[in-house]
Amino acid sequence: MREIFIVAEKEFRDGLRNRWILAITLAFALLAMGLAWFGAAASGEVGFTRISTTIVSLASLAVFLIPLIALMLAYDSIVGEDEQGTLLLLMTYPLSRTGLLAGKFLGHGAILALSTALGFGIAAVMIVMLAEQATFATLMGPFSLFIVSAILLGWTFLALAYLVSVVTREKARAAGLALLVWFLFVLVYDLALLGLLVGTEGRVDGGLFRTLLLLNPTDVFRLVNLTGFEETAAASGLLTVFGDASYSIGVLLGILAAWIVVPLTLAAGLFAARRT
Amino acid sequence: MKHAVELHEVDRRFRGVHALKSLSLTVEPGEVLGLLGHNGAGKSTMMKLVLGVLAPTSGRVTVLGEDPRGHNARNLRLQLGYLPENVSFYDNLSGREVLRYFSRLKRVPVRDADQLLERVGLGHAASRRVRTYSKGMRQRLGLAQALLGQPRLLLLDEPTVGLDPMAVRDVYGMIDSLRGSGTSVILCSHVLPGVERHIDRVAILCEGRLLASGTIDTLREEAGLPLRIHARGRGLNGALQARLDGHGVGFEPADAGSIRLTAPPSEKLQVLRALLEEPDLSDVTVEPPTLDSLYAHFDARGRNGGQPHA
Repeated sequence: MREIFIVAEKEFRDGLRNRWILAITLAFALLAMGLAWFGAAASGEVGFTRISTTIVSLASLAVFLIPLIALMLAYDSIVGEDEQGTLLLLMTYPLSRTGLLAGKFLGHGAILALSTALGFGIAAVMIVMLAEQATFATLMGPFSLFIVSAILLGWTFLALAYLVSVVTREKARAAGLALLVWFLFVLVYDLALLGLLVGTEGRVDGGLFRTLLLLNPTDVFRLVNLTGFEETAAASGLLTVFGDASYSIGVLLGILAAWIVVPLTLAAGLFAARRT
Repeated sequence: MKHAVELHEVDRRFRGVHALKSLSLTVEPGEVLGLLGHNGAGKSTMMKLVLGVLAPTSGRVTVLGEDPRGHNARNLRLQLGYLPENVSFYDNLSGREVLRYFSRLKRVPVRDADQLLERVGLGHAASRRVRTYSKGMRQRLGLAQALLGQPRLLLLDEPTVGLDPMAVRDVYGMIDSLRGSGTSVILCSHVLPGVERHIDRVAILCEGRLLASGTIDTLREEAGLPLRIHARGRGLNGALQARLDGHGVGFEPADAGSIRLTAPPSEKLQVLRALLEEPDLSDVTVEPPTLDSLYAHFDARGRNGGQPHA
């Protein structure tokens, strides 16, 4: 157990050292404030309008950004150590492969959680302070939910990044595979679903379609943050199929949690079965 | 516990590659074993077996009386030190941070890590990032890492690669002092000159088989390679050649003031006596076969399927 925290602490220190934490925090804070101010620009207004507009536009941008950041943060965590020669060395220490992976996840997870909470938290505080329409009471709920789901989404893609890192033997290949994972989950999956919908002229069973959407963590993240707002329809056409049947937030967060546990377990299993 | 390391008829197969073939080898406590072999001879595989990173396909590996992959492996690993061949460490951390990280993992007080940095001569660069380190400095850092927690068994894979002559001397000096304190060392190397004095026993691997093992003297005996004798003095040729006829002595062309001979080890004293009878002899040097030539001899024999190379 102790070793896991030692590894986690080192990863976290690495994150501080190479400015990951600073960069992610700043990026998220600027993104959130920018969207809060200019999110309604399309309708001819500038300045904070409504919390729903802000959250909807934030979620649709974050769904691209967070997976990419998480993958970049962790894609080389095992394959990189392998190339450096430190993986072989660590394996001669009293540290199991699963322990190493757990420590990495803990460290990277903390980096991601901290910068997400800080970045969007700072943005929320600034919005409350600068915009008279916004009060802490109205912002609190949706923003907290947004931050929690964003952290879970980040962790999901961390877990996928470890999977990538465990199955590849070269850093360059891992980077390519990580990009492919991002592409698949963030872009291709939704496009394919859309194609299915259009191709069958909407004659897909609603239940099947909803299940397919729930299988993609990025769609689950969108659902968590978009359902309940009227802007949903405008922001994401696909999610209109959920117009009638909405899922509880708990179930959706549970699905995200499963998306963390399953790839992580798989990565640990594959890593333990590896010869070197 | 009799042996520090014992390998008993160990086989290790990888997909399509038979990396180790029925290898039996022991290392005693406080002994320095030089493990020699060409690239791909199985040196690294053997080290990984001893470290417990790999399991043997068949056979038995015992390290400090324990199975390196058994239930007590965690405690066993606290007593092992390992310097891998190519390790570049974490570029973004300083030397001190890297060593402290490994010391925490090995449950060694952080204080010891700082002392070790001084001991390997990195004290002045401790707070610099590893990114700025030269190859030699990284190697020193790796060595400090291997020495964490005063291991009872140290495995060094090419410890002197990339080091300047002074640093090489430091490394050998450190090995000598460790040997004095009862640590067993397995030294994997193909850089041979100068290493003879620091190893107790040599094991030569070729294509996964153990070709020869023993002290350098027994290997010399077994190989029967000729001694090289260099004598100086005027007019050393004619009579000497006649006197040494029948002793298996070879004469090499040399300049007027000196002569070079090769002689079988058994004839050493005969040849020396004959030389001493020469009135004009001014100097004699006798060179036993170097580890380098012994290695070349056994390696060539191994590659020719057990037939000695002429």
